[in-house]
Amino acid sequence: MPMNRPTSTVARYVLIEARRSALPWLAAACVLAALGLAGFLSQVAITESAALQASACAALLRACAVFLLAMHVIASVVREANDKGLELALALPLSRPAWYLGKLLGFVATGALMSLLFALPLLAWSRPADLAAWSLALAAESAVIAAAALFFATALGQTVAAIAAVLGLYVLARSMAAIQAIAGGALADEGAAGQAARWLVDGLALLLPKLDAMPRADWLLYGAASGAELAKALAGLAVYFVLLTAAGLFDFSRRNL
Amino acid sequence: MNGLFSARDQRALSAVPAWILWLLAAAMAAQIGWQSAGRSRAPEASDLPPAPTAAVLQLAGLGENAALARLAIVWLLAFDSRGDNAIPYQRLDYGRLIGWLGAILATDPRSGYPLFAASRIYADVGDPARMRRMLEFIDQAFAADPNRRWPALAQAALLAKHRLHDLPLARRYAATLEKLTTDPTVPSWARQMEIFILDDMNELQAAKVMLGGLLATGRIQDPDELRFLQGRLADLERRLQHSQGKPPR
Repeated sequence: MPMNRPTSTVARYVLIEARRSALPWLAAACVLAALGLAGFLSQVAITESAALQASACAALLRACAVFLLAMHVIASVVREANDKGLELALALPLSRPAWYLGKLLGFVATGALMSLLFALPLLAWSRPADLAAWSLALAAESAVIAAAALFFATALGQTVAAIAAVLGLYVLARSMAAIQAIAGGALADEGAAGQAARWLVDGLALLLPKLDAMPRADWLLYGAASGAELAKALAGLAVYFVLLTAAGLFDFSRRNL
Repeated sequence: MNGLFSARDQRALSAVPAWILWLLAAAMAAQIGWQSAGRSRAPEASDLPPAPTAAVLQLAGLGENAALARLAIVWLLAFDSRGDNAIPYQRLDYGRLIGWLGAILATDPRSGYPLFAASRIYADVGDPARMRRMLEFIDQAFAADPNRRWPALAQAALLAKHRLHDLPLARRYAATLEKLTTDPTVPSWARQMEIFILDDMNELQAAKVMLGGLLATGRIQDPDELRFLQGRLADLERRLQHSQGKPPR
């Protein structure tokens, strides 16, 4: 795989672009909003106020991280394509896989930095070990989102379509376990239509990552998942990350620009 | 870069480096293998979390209370309901369950789903203690909106008579139903529920009369609800025939 100097150069420019864009300000605004929410909750809670603050802030920051990163990746890639920057980059001695992997590496690093920043305000209510696991899981989830956003932005080429695809994938992945559980219940229709619906749900689940399992705010309240469970969940996300990367590389390599 | 849905010609497959093709195939196989190994199943009874307050549930709905209440009850019904479970719902913590049903009912008081599930599913589990708790919940919920919720209390009265064999309890529910319902569209057998309860009908006959009455008054319009109730009626018929030693029809 071409993980060499051109790749790292592209990744470095992605990080520079992220630093010079509004992303750091928006991330800081999210942290401030989370702290404001915590302050409000501390005024209205009559019990478990620390748990309420930690869980609400963690859930809010997780959603902010996913949303901000997906928007940033899609806006950056579509803008570069529209400005003909992509053609210019590929006119240089830079292979398509090197460009794609460099972009992905840069966006993954951006997501990891944002996960680290978003973990900081939660230090006030959580044990460092639990928070480290939460932050690591958020970085892994961000990496999957970055890979999905890059794939859809390059494949679809339109901002709105790519945003819809990424958010749809995210919501479906987060709710798929509950959908499967409901579909397999005792009251589910036993007829052909019910069976077909269950097969469809099971088939769809095979093509989605298990984003519902991590990072969960209850880790900050009751302790993070065990090392083995965390490793298993991270491995599942890693498999999906590689799948999205391979699919993106395949599509981008076949594209006539 | 080509836009969405625009005609775009692609380069030949040979333009794709071989390692990308191998990576794609291997990643797809790994993803399917990984997800097949960890398939999600219906949650266990012990997984049922404590119920939130109605206010928290309404907050989570972001104004879409009707949708949230119905989705929540569908989600609730998945607990302890796995296909290989001989008697679904019997291991649930009924304190928590009633808390959930109450919160869902408070989120959308006009929904019939929570009391339908309470009277037709959760009150029909075979464990007398759990049944009594669920029947009490139905009785309490009925008082808040008798004209809309009477079918649940009527079913509760039948269960009290035929399953719990507690005629005084059945008569109490019947008397409450008679006293509080004022809607003229409520069928006569329901408005004279005490007589209906004291009638010498067996459970199957009573259930048939009740289903017929609900159909005649237009209370059941949803085909899925009708199918569910007819299925329950068939189950009841089979069970009674089995207990009487007759082969099922």
